[in-house]
Amino acid sequence: MASTPQTLRPPAGSIRASRGRDSMGSWPLVDRAAYLVCWVVGIGLCLVTAGIVLFMAVKGISYLRPSLLLERPNASPNQATSGGFLDPIEGTLLLSAVGIAIAAPIGVWLAVWMSEYQRPAWLARLVESGVEMIAGAPSVLLAMFGLVLFARPVLGFLSQTSAGGSVTGKSFLTAGAMMSLIALPLVVASTREALMQVPAHVREASYALGKTKATTIRKVLLPSVRPSLTSGVTLGIGRIVGDTAIVVILLGGTPQLEGAGGAPVLSVLRGTGSTLTSYVRLNSPAGEGNAHEKAYAAAFVLLLMVLALNMLVMRFSTTRNMDEPSRWRTLTGSLPWIR
Amino acid sequence: MPPPVRRIVLDREPSVVGAPPNGAQSATTTATRPATSTLPGTGTPPGTGTPPGVPASATGERGSGGIPAQTQPSQVQERMRIEGVWLAYGERWVVRDVSLPVRRGEVLGLIGASGSGKTTLLRSLNRLTEITAGAARAGRITLDEQEIGEIEVNSLRRRVSMVFQQPNPFPMSIFENVAYALREEHGERGARRRKRRSREELMPAVVDALRRAGLYDEVAGNLDHPALRLSGGQQQRLCIARALAANPEVLLLDEPCSALDPISTATIEQLIVGLRESVAIVIVTHNLQQAMRVADHVAFMHLGELVEYGHSAQIFDHPREQRTREYVSGAFG
Repeated sequence: MASTPQTLRPPAGSIRASRGRDSMGSWPLVDRAAYLVCWVVGIGLCLVTAGIVLFMAVKGISYLRPSLLLERPNASPNQATSGGFLDPIEGTLLLSAVGIAIAAPIGVWLAVWMSEYQRPAWLARLVESGVEMIAGAPSVLLAMFGLVLFARPVLGFLSQTSAGGSVTGKSFLTAGAMMSLIALPLVVASTREALMQVPAHVREASYALGKTKATTIRKVLLPSVRPSLTSGVTLGIGRIVGDTAIVVILLGGTPQLEGAGGAPVLSVLRGTGSTLTSYVRLNSPAGEGNAHEKAYAAAFVLLLMVLALNMLVMRFSTTRNMDEPSRWRTLTGSLPWIR
Repeated sequence: MPPPVRRIVLDREPSVVGAPPNGAQSATTTATRPATSTLPGTGTPPGTGTPPGVPASATGERGSGGIPAQTQPSQVQERMRIEGVWLAYGERWVVRDVSLPVRRGEVLGLIGASGSGKTTLLRSLNRLTEITAGAARAGRITLDEQEIGEIEVNSLRRRVSMVFQQPNPFPMSIFENVAYALREEHGERGARRRKRRSREELMPAVVDALRRAGLYDEVAGNLDHPALRLSGGQQQRLCIARALAANPEVLLLDEPCSALDPISTATIEQLIVGLRESVAIVIVTHNLQQAMRVADHVAFMHLGELVEYGHSAQIFDHPREQRTREYVSGAFG
């Protein structure tokens, strides 16, 4: 009579349990030391990150009042009357919108051209290094260039012209234009990377149905890379939200949104203002506002915005069906309308 | 439910009805031609070449089993003709002086080892080779007696459609995948005056294409579901439906089953045999059993040359060429 499967066992004493990895005892000393460094560095980084977030959270929450989010700032040396930071929040949102509205379409166009056309080759190489150069340029440099560029009388319609006829070059439009440059490389890189992952036979399948290249890009390729495109755009917004130099130099630094007059929307866009970053800088102990409590509160709000954007990116880039082997499916599996 | 196993192929007769015994089994064997005469464009069209020493029994008198009458194509009609075609990528001629007929009512199988040029030849039939920089062609390929180089490329590709090795539905719904093939391109005749065709307008054609591809019953209730959620075999049948949607005259299949499981493969093979009635089919396959099961005529290519062309049964049972014999018996490849 055979034993039942439950009682069937190898002879006792012959079982060797696997520990999952080899024991460090057999490693050379150098490897053990290097392994230890990995641990120290990894834990250290986590501690620094946690420290920043916790410090900002404790400070921020202790100073944050609902009224701060709803009151407009005043340039006052007295903290009691200097108001909240409603305008900087609005300024951050407005500047991000302007910047990404310029960067997203141009970035997608560039990415499509660089991955699907690449002709002439020398121009493609030139554009590629140009994008890389912008990605590496300090934003303060872009801001200075923007100030020189937009102060030209021809471009006066983008900002305000003073009574003497000189153009300020400072407005949401000019700052947004320069902000689009720092978001552009992220949009280009993520879109292009995703386009290069779409297999050649998918394009060919569309051509084989008698479709032109333009239709293929519009109807097949861009929908396929939508998740990557979205996360590129989100990362770009994150860069804009966090940048200070361009705001300080090109947005005018007025605490409140100050319109340039004229048509309602255009007036604000051509006007000056501030963002959370410039507000924090101004009110921090390093600035002249001398309202460091409000600076902490504003910095906390800024941190929350950036963290929220990062989580959005993770949501976009995490695919929902990692079990499917083909890369093409992993790529398209995260498309919003596929569930 | 797995589809029933198809007929025993070794017992089947050549399915070309009414073809003269000699004409049907004639072959262009470039290997036997003197090298000096194999200039581009001078290839002898098949059917006119002299069959060198074909035993009359090679293809004609097969076993008495035969294939069921309903799967017999009612008529065979030549749609495309490949005449002395040479194809190159850069300096390398990967297809050399190949001549073949492509007929509606039969399946033409292209077999051969990797690098034999069969996929390149297939892709040249709808000018898909042209998207590769440096690709060149010599010789004539005609569709209904018109040189394909003179047909506008996008309308050619609607008439000569293609299915690929990997199932590649587009990231849209099942309905949209098929409808995509039906929508006219901008600049196409009449497209500008007509507005984008509505779903109701396209629905009958979409349903018809899905029916022809044997997929409709499985997806009828969820045409709006994403195509990428279908199984691999269903995805490939959707690709076939998409390729059939614009009513092409020729359907090119590039190893359509190599990424699929045996059951899906059997379903698609059955589908291919059923479709040859209405559309000329060319299939590239590495799978000799598959070529035996689905192809009516088989062309064996080796290193860019057409070694042997003939009825499926003849190629597999009585190959004339030594290289064919070695390949079909598994000596190389």
